[in-house]
Amino acid sequence: MIQKWLKWLKVLPAAIFAVMTLAGCENYVVLQPKGPVAKTEYDLIVFTSLVCLGIILVVFALLFYIIWRYRDKPDNKAPYQPEWDDNKTLEIVWWSIPIVICLILGYSTAKTTYALAKGTGLHDSNKQAVTIQATSLDWKWLFTYPDDKVASVNEVVIPAGVPVKFELTSDAPMNSFWVPSLGGQIYTMPGMSMGLYLKADKPGVYYGSGANFSGEGFAHMKFKVIAKPENEYKQWVAQVKKSSPALTEKGYETLSKPGLTDKAFYSSYPNGLFEKIVKKNGGDFYKMHHMDTYKTHPDFGKDSMKDENGGSDMNMDMSH
Amino acid sequence: MWEKIKDFSSGFFVTGEPMIYGADVAIVLVSLAIVYVLTRYKKWGWLWREWLTTVDHKKIGIMYIIAALLMLFRGGVDALLMRTQLALPGLHFLDSNHYNEIFTTHGTIMILFMAMPLMFGLFNIAVPLQIGARDVAYPFLNAVSFWMFFFGALLFNLSFVIGGSPNAGWLSYPPLSEIPYSSGPGQNFYVWGINISGIGSTATGINFLVTILKMRAPGMKLMKMPLFTWSVLASCILIIFSFPVFTATLAMLYIDRFLGGHFFTMTGAGNPMMYINLIWMWGHPEVYIVVLPAFGIFSEVVATFSKKKIFGYKSMVFSLILISVISYFTWAHHFFTMGAGADVNTFFAIATMAIAIPTGVKIFNWLFTMYKGRIEFSQPMLWTIGFIVCFVIGGATGVMLSIAPADYQYHNSYFLIAHFHNTLIGGVVFGYLAGLIYWWPKMFGFKLNDRLGKWAFWFWNIGFYVCFLPQYALGFMGMTRRLYTYGWDRGWASLNFVSTIGAFLMGIGFIFQAVQIIYSIKHGEKDTTGDPWNGRTLEWSIPSPAPHYNFAVVPYAPEQDAWWEMKKKMQDPDYKKEKVELEPIHMPKNTGIPFIMSFFWFIAGFGFTFEWVWMIVVGLIGVAATMFARSFQYDDDYYIPVEEIKETESAMGRVV
Repeated sequence: MIQKWLKWLKVLPAAIFAVMTLAGCENYVVLQPKGPVAKTEYDLIVFTSLVCLGIILVVFALLFYIIWRYRDKPDNKAPYQPEWDDNKTLEIVWWSIPIVICLILGYSTAKTTYALAKGTGLHDSNKQAVTIQATSLDWKWLFTYPDDKVASVNEVVIPAGVPVKFELTSDAPMNSFWVPSLGGQIYTMPGMSMGLYLKADKPGVYYGSGANFSGEGFAHMKFKVIAKPENEYKQWVAQVKKSSPALTEKGYETLSKPGLTDKAFYSSYPNGLFEKIVKKNGGDFYKMHHMDTYKTHPDFGKDSMKDENGGSDMNMDMSH
Repeated sequence: MWEKIKDFSSGFFVTGEPMIYGADVAIVLVSLAIVYVLTRYKKWGWLWREWLTTVDHKKIGIMYIIAALLMLFRGGVDALLMRTQLALPGLHFLDSNHYNEIFTTHGTIMILFMAMPLMFGLFNIAVPLQIGARDVAYPFLNAVSFWMFFFGALLFNLSFVIGGSPNAGWLSYPPLSEIPYSSGPGQNFYVWGINISGIGSTATGINFLVTILKMRAPGMKLMKMPLFTWSVLASCILIIFSFPVFTATLAMLYIDRFLGGHFFTMTGAGNPMMYINLIWMWGHPEVYIVVLPAFGIFSEVVATFSKKKIFGYKSMVFSLILISVISYFTWAHHFFTMGAGADVNTFFAIATMAIAIPTGVKIFNWLFTMYKGRIEFSQPMLWTIGFIVCFVIGGATGVMLSIAPADYQYHNSYFLIAHFHNTLIGGVVFGYLAGLIYWWPKMFGFKLNDRLGKWAFWFWNIGFYVCFLPQYALGFMGMTRRLYTYGWDRGWASLNFVSTIGAFLMGIGFIFQAVQIIYSIKHGEKDTTGDPWNGRTLEWSIPSPAPHYNFAVVPYAPEQDAWWEMKKKMQDPDYKKEKVELEPIHMPKNTGIPFIMSFFWFIAGFGFTFEWVWMIVVGLIGVAATMFARSFQYDDDYYIPVEEIKETESAMGRVV
């Protein structure tokens, strides 16, 4: 009986691998980092996965050996010691090895967590960060560009090779801003302004989506991140300013009503719109209780990062 | 008049969905069938006397298990509906709202109305018998716990045909669950179904804590009691110190919704992040509440079916306690991406990794119990081996998730879904199924058929991997959870399709189990000795099914694996059976108050859900009245005379 099933087990991993690659390798966006933040996270993912895989294989090997060797068959000559229930050496081994593994993983985790908070890999280019604000709505993403005063919906254009400081909020239930090719996500919360630095190493189109359930249209909260070379980015901004309609207060009100929209571009938007959105949803309360400042690491951007446009009074901060 | 009725009904009853209409019809038909059968066979009196008013922990356990299996069916159907909708891109089998209600009810039902009652059922069936006790510490409270669960679950389950189910996820995060975004009764069903049931859960935690601490047989020291009992003790401590947080938090959400409070609203100085913290302060201990008793079951099963003493008893106890303690320090790993900062995230990441240490130790202890044993591949043992494979993967991916910066990419993706199903199904469900099969003969006096059980096991086991392994890959492909549909553009289709096949394989496994139960009622091998597995603990020393007083003579049990040691002594040629003097046994009387009081809680809950103040008042007055009546119930116990004990025992082939 067991023999028959063991045969199937051999085929299984091959079958699983075949199916998974059916989907196409380039679609494994988490495993194809396209920016320094994603790369840092990817390195940690690979390292920790290998450690965990090692543990799994050791346990499986032990398990399958033991159940095969000590099965209750009449002709089994393996030793049978029904009262043997203690061995200090074994206990020491299997308490200490997991502890050591945890120390190693804990150390890597701490190191990377703080490194991301300090903005590793973002200062190298010596380029000024560009600020882009993202507001999650029901059920669309509004991007406002305080540096350039344009706006877009469901598509965000960024300069490639330049750190982008995303300031994130929500004028709808909590959501999460996730561009897996460029880095991990962070929640967008009404009344709060969260900070997330990302950078696209090269020009390209990257997939982004909401990642925290926010109601009926949540599944449609996808957006494109288009990274253009810097000069093309400036051209794009100029073009939008020339040919796109303005986003008015009324226009924003319509946009924020529940529903889906196509992508859109705006040549301007009401002054301080993002700050108003944050304030409207309880921003003052969080400021009063210092909850909008969530621990910028003191070393962030120390060496070369200059944030010219950090002048908003909303205390944007580094997340990770 | 007619217009008013129509208006009311279209809001009150859920309309517009053929599947719901089908469910309405099914509910009415089944209810009528039940009423018919009870009337035709004149069983109303029997139902009231034997089941609705019982305070016998064994019967309460059976009722918990029946309810849990029904909920497993409903939660499973929810899962199959979801997987059908997701089998291919752009399907229109379920629209967004319906899908959102289904994933919400799937999660809520599986954790709170399937796993918890199944667990409480096993507590009730096994713990008093394992410790040589004749009942739990508070039999009346035990019945209250069950009926509060029953009526809370009933309230929640009605939501899909009346009023509309909650649809903001199984934990109902605000602001989505607050009035501006969820104005109907759905979230109220959620709060009240869970809170009414939760009173029962908290009470069970207290009940079994006291039972284990105060009612063990003479000689049974804490460090000699069975490991399942230890795991129940740990679980109860977790219940007592975490359920009140859940109850209070949901109450605060309700105050926001019903009374205009601002605990978690966007404005008025409310803070949704507070809800998330509080709910997970309960939520993380909750998963240990359900998994620790499964670990306890594995300890019993591995020792029994390896015909060997459990390895490292002290270590196993220490691990249980360590897991319980650390579990209170890990809650923020459920929201690393909420922006708490590097200090907080690092602390919780490390605490979460740390909890894997005692868990891993337990796995090694089980393996080395099997080592140099004689392993029999009975059904419970198959489920246990399946658990080790499945749970180790789940635990390893849990460690991967605990790495906070990695979690920034895994959070809320299908990687997360695959992980928690790995641990919940592989750990909790497999464990409880093993326990159910293991203790089934003690409950009913016959074994569950082996052949059908093994078919069930393999379908569940293989179906699990086919369903969930692709989901790890989907996480890496950027697919988030709670999507009712997706497109062709990200290449997610093939893996989703495979995953759906796996879900249906598990469904087939469940069907085999249903068939197995029905078949075994007629043809199951009878348990004539009370000890069908050559067990090691005291529950196997009494006949099957257990007599209503459990032990004719309270055993003296000073050793670990008490029954095994007793059997060894009985093999001794010089063994002389002691003469014992039987005494009348003190038992609690049946009472209808738990059922009636819980029914009034149901009325109040219904009123709270629809915000009908008159109904709330009627319900709460009823609750108060029943409690008042209880305080005047002086005649609540009786004694079983010695002759009756002798008769019962000899009818089951025992000489006392």
